[in-house]
Amino acid sequence: MAAEQETERNDVREDGRRPPRAVVGSHRIEEEMFGRVFDRRIVRRIWAFVRPYRLKLALAVAAVLLFTGTQLAIPLIIRHAIDTGLGEGAEARSALNLSMLAFAIAIALNFAASWVQESIVGKTAENVLFDIRTAMFGHLQRVSLSFMDKTEVGRLMSRLQGDVNAMQEFLETSVLSVGDIVLLFGIVFLMLWLNVELGLLTLAVLPVLFVVRIFWLPRARLAFMAAHESNSVANGALAEAIHGVRTVQSMGRQQVNFALYDDKASANLRAHRKAAKYAQVMVPIVDSLTGIAMAVLVVVGGAMVLDQRLDVGVMVAFLFYIQRFFDPIRSLTMQYSVMQRAMASGQRLTEVLDVPVDITDAPDAIELGPDMDGSVEFRDVTFGYNPAQPILKNLSFRVNPGETVALIGPTGSGKSSAMALAHRFYDVQQGQVLVGGHDVRALTQASLGRQIAMVLQEPFLFTGTVLENIRFNKADASREDVVAAAIAVGAHDFIMALPQGYETMMGERGGSLSLGQRQLVSFARALVADAKILVLDEATASIDSYTEMLIQKALQTLLQGRTGLVIAHRLATIRDADRIIVLANGELIEQGSHQELIKSGGLYSSLYSMSYASFDDIPLAGAAAAAPQTAQANAEEPDKNDTGSRT
Amino acid sequence: MSAAPQDRLPDIAELMRHTSVTGWRDGLGTIARVVRIDMQSRWAVTIALVSTLVAASMQLVIPRLLGRAIDQTQLLVSGGAEETAARSALLATALLVLLVSVLRGIFTTLQNYFSESVGHHTGYVLRLAYYEKIQNLSFGFHDRVHSGDLITLGMLDLEGVRMFFSTGLVRIVLLSILIGIGGYMLLSTDLLLGLMALSFVPFVAWRSSVTQLRLRGTWLELQERLSVLSRVMEENLGGIRVVRAFAAQPHEMQKFAVASERALQLAHQRVDIRVRNTSAMTLSFFMAMGLVLWVGGSKVATGQITVGTLASFLTFMTILQMPVRQLGLLVNSFARTSTCGARIFAMLDLELAVQNAPDAHDLVVTDGVLRFENVDFSYPGADGRPALRNISFEARRGETIGLIGPPGSGKTTIAHLIPRFYDVTGGCISIDGQDIRKATLQSLRRAVAVVQQDVFLFTTSLENNIAYGDPWAKTDRIERASGSAQLHRYIMGLPSGYRTVVGERGASLSGGQRQRMSIARTLMLNPAVLVFDDSTAAVDANTERQIRDEIREHASERVTIIVAHRLSSLMHSDRILFVEKGEIVESGTHDELLALNGRYRALYDLQVRPEASGGKG
Repeated sequence: MAAEQETERNDVREDGRRPPRAVVGSHRIEEEMFGRVFDRRIVRRIWAFVRPYRLKLALAVAAVLLFTGTQLAIPLIIRHAIDTGLGEGAEARSALNLSMLAFAIAIALNFAASWVQESIVGKTAENVLFDIRTAMFGHLQRVSLSFMDKTEVGRLMSRLQGDVNAMQEFLETSVLSVGDIVLLFGIVFLMLWLNVELGLLTLAVLPVLFVVRIFWLPRARLAFMAAHESNSVANGALAEAIHGVRTVQSMGRQQVNFALYDDKASANLRAHRKAAKYAQVMVPIVDSLTGIAMAVLVVVGGAMVLDQRLDVGVMVAFLFYIQRFFDPIRSLTMQYSVMQRAMASGQRLTEVLDVPVDITDAPDAIELGPDMDGSVEFRDVTFGYNPAQPILKNLSFRVNPGETVALIGPTGSGKSSAMALAHRFYDVQQGQVLVGGHDVRALTQASLGRQIAMVLQEPFLFTGTVLENIRFNKADASREDVVAAAIAVGAHDFIMALPQGYETMMGERGGSLSLGQRQLVSFARALVADAKILVLDEATASIDSYTEMLIQKALQTLLQGRTGLVIAHRLATIRDADRIIVLANGELIEQGSHQELIKSGGLYSSLYSMSYASFDDIPLAGAAAAAPQTAQANAEEPDKNDTGSRT
Repeated sequence: MSAAPQDRLPDIAELMRHTSVTGWRDGLGTIARVVRIDMQSRWAVTIALVSTLVAASMQLVIPRLLGRAIDQTQLLVSGGAEETAARSALLATALLVLLVSVLRGIFTTLQNYFSESVGHHTGYVLRLAYYEKIQNLSFGFHDRVHSGDLITLGMLDLEGVRMFFSTGLVRIVLLSILIGIGGYMLLSTDLLLGLMALSFVPFVAWRSSVTQLRLRGTWLELQERLSVLSRVMEENLGGIRVVRAFAAQPHEMQKFAVASERALQLAHQRVDIRVRNTSAMTLSFFMAMGLVLWVGGSKVATGQITVGTLASFLTFMTILQMPVRQLGLLVNSFARTSTCGARIFAMLDLELAVQNAPDAHDLVVTDGVLRFENVDFSYPGADGRPALRNISFEARRGETIGLIGPPGSGKTTIAHLIPRFYDVTGGCISIDGQDIRKATLQSLRRAVAVVQQDVFLFTTSLENNIAYGDPWAKTDRIERASGSAQLHRYIMGLPSGYRTVVGERGASLSGGQRQRMSIARTLMLNPAVLVFDDSTAAVDANTERQIRDEIREHASERVTIIVAHRLSSLMHSDRILFVEKGEIVESGTHDELLALNGRYRALYDLQVRPEASGGKG
């Protein structure tokens, strides 16, 4: 990152249109594209995915061999036809007919083999790709949230797409390269078999091509990669211009940006021209070598025919082979790159597949039934994402069945962590979290999830209809249930006002709804889930007063008859709670009802008297008593761990 | 006046989704336009086409030469020629073969390189034009077109058009020479044998065209299904906490499996289409070859043709095979170019809904008076449903105007009209008596700055982001602006300070910090009219107060307009306008409005004493 800034700074352009502080698009060197050619460990991992298809693949390899065989045979048949079938008389006539029969058989086999081979290889490679992806996706559903917290979604997506595709390419080409190798050796063998002398002379150009390609490949690859990268740079800049267009226009940056973009587009053009040069430089070399081989054939072969040492048909067969023998070399050297790429991708795939699953159901885990009492209890809980820095320290409290408890405290005090522990997103380091009287580690995760509904700070909607979003995974919820829930939380009216009511598709993460409305939809979702316990992280962003009012009412509906653990930011919510727990630095500072805490004259009462709109706004002076020093840094730092959800 | 270009927008949205081949005439028009752009690289085009001619001719000569060589040896063997003469003829042929091969290689290289080069230049020209267009299309356009579609257009569709020269135009020349001249040569040598040798051409050409078109259709469909799949994955990973919170993993796996299965099925189908096609093409080729061999063999036997002729027929067929198979790609290239090109050109031809008037002049700010006179407005595509009706007010330099009202009432719309993000549909907005539609956009937007609700941070350093509107700015000005936005202390606490990279790929900022960035960025512009469009919603109350104090210091130099739903943000304004359903229903100072006992009062009660009204509401 530092290097990137340096180039930005040193690159001061003084032509008036390219100011010193302006850049468009972002550029980060992409991940390692090529690995070692062969890594036994990775190949073994990949083989595990290929294994189920091994019989099919064996068949495909057989078909490839047959296919190659017919390719090799056809020039021989032609040779036979020319040498024996072109004379006059019945003998030659039948020889020609025989050759034609052989030819017909060869092309029939060729047809069948190519069908079987391509079809099996193509489909199997697709199957393996989807299998690997399914395995990874399934694995990501189970890995610990701390891994997900640390990893960008975009990065995972490029595993699930780009890397998986590299594996597919690898599989497809590996089987075909078996054919290439056989073809290459077959041609060499047959040429030598037909005529050693002529074979050796014409084949002499092969090593030359090999050597040239070995020198060419690494350089060409650099040029290809540079072109590829310049594409993503230019496209990145375009994407930025599209996403940021409103800012660009309101700040009048069009001209500057255009000049900067022109630089990138020109660089792209240059890189592509250079790559094209590298790609094309091989053509005359291959053609010249082919020309040399053919010239040798004409001169030497012709002389041998003259001396009666060679049949004309052999010369024709040679012609066919010469035209073919550069193809396998080309694809084999390409295969080298494909393998390297596959190893690099395979490495990254196995990294994802190997992420440990920290939280699993105990072997004797029991189901948490709906008949449990609905209590939540923390007993001496110590927990931190980094064990050396505990976020919760010896925290103990109990939420009784049907009670609503408001958790409050400055940012970084551990509220969100407490909420995550109740749902066993993480395991505690010490102490116990009990739900319905059971240690959460003794319960199945699925049953725990059914009994605890959770509303996150940042409402997250999936692409799909409003109905699907509210129903979510409660498959047995009827349309009536969904509508009833929406009515209960006050979302029904605006949903009905949408173009297709409950059938309206939610675009990119519910973009067409306002934040407050999305919040209400997520409330309805929690209501449909109908869990005994509700864990809720109240939104901090200020929502307009009208929606706010709806939300407050909805919250009351939601909490009716349920145990509620609410991370509260709004005074109204806090006041309505049965009990308030004040956290600071992972410790419980005080608890009690609003009235009790006001009376006791502790931190809460002093904060309350300063009448802040939200308790997250607690300024340094106010929090100093309970949370000296650290509060400042925490309050400003965008604290990933403390944010209920991440987008 | 500006209604026309806006009305065309739905067509664009329609066009973007349009995936099938457009009509023939439009298609040809599009292709002609692509060719005109290609022709900008006149020299490269000439070299590429000439090289194609030469390379193709050389290609045709080789089988002839080889045939001749074989005949020469045959002749010799049958004793029809003098030995030394024959040997030297053989040598001459060999040298010719070598020469022709080398030439073919060189000209093929030239052909490929220059046609690629032309294509890339076309890509470059279109890239720039597209970028320029995107940057200047009005908000009304961007509101209604999905950004993902625009990116696809700028990447994939542009790529499709770029490839046209090498995959379409050059290939046509190559194929017509090979098939035309080569075919003529074969047919004139031996009509029957020539017909047989060429018999595979129509079949393969037809198969490969049909297949390519089908593959193209299914490719688009596959992309669609894959994008559904990746959306399922992306949403799952992005919303993993929701998934876990509801123990919805099985539900999500099910969703994934369905999407995955749909994509896999189509992928298999595509393999089938491809396999059926390639196998059949190869078979038909070999069948033609077998025929030639059989019939040709008999002809050689009866002395009608020489072995060399037969060999040259066979060699020619192998040479012809590849280009004919690629005929499908040619068809595909035309189809692709006409649809992709149509989309791109439709975009490039869009008239800008908001642009400089022909007689536009730079805005001259003197007294700094902003005036709304009976302004009406309706959003493009809203079928004339009014968003604002009859809005009139005036604000002088030094004044602060607050805009408040329920969501959707039109507050933000008012804010967006001042810098002409949209044009009014009735009435007039003026600054110092100059209709803003008569001012150049550059000068207007230098005078009017809006702190936006949604903050977009560019992937670059904090300082570059703050200096976005004034990239020549000195460091001290940047620090002052970030100080006013209450960001300086935070930034100085970061390890790399102002050089910390933020944005999509940089460090993440909280919502409040992002809004403060946006404030700092706008303050840098030092505008005559400063609009805060609900831009402190995520900033905590205390910090907001500090920002307000800072801004008030400079308020005497400009008109300040504050749009907010938090009363405390704007109750100190000189005048507060209460907007409801696109109209100003109450206006006055805080105290006047409270005394009015109307809507403002109700809102005040709701916000300041929620417990009182919460129960009632």
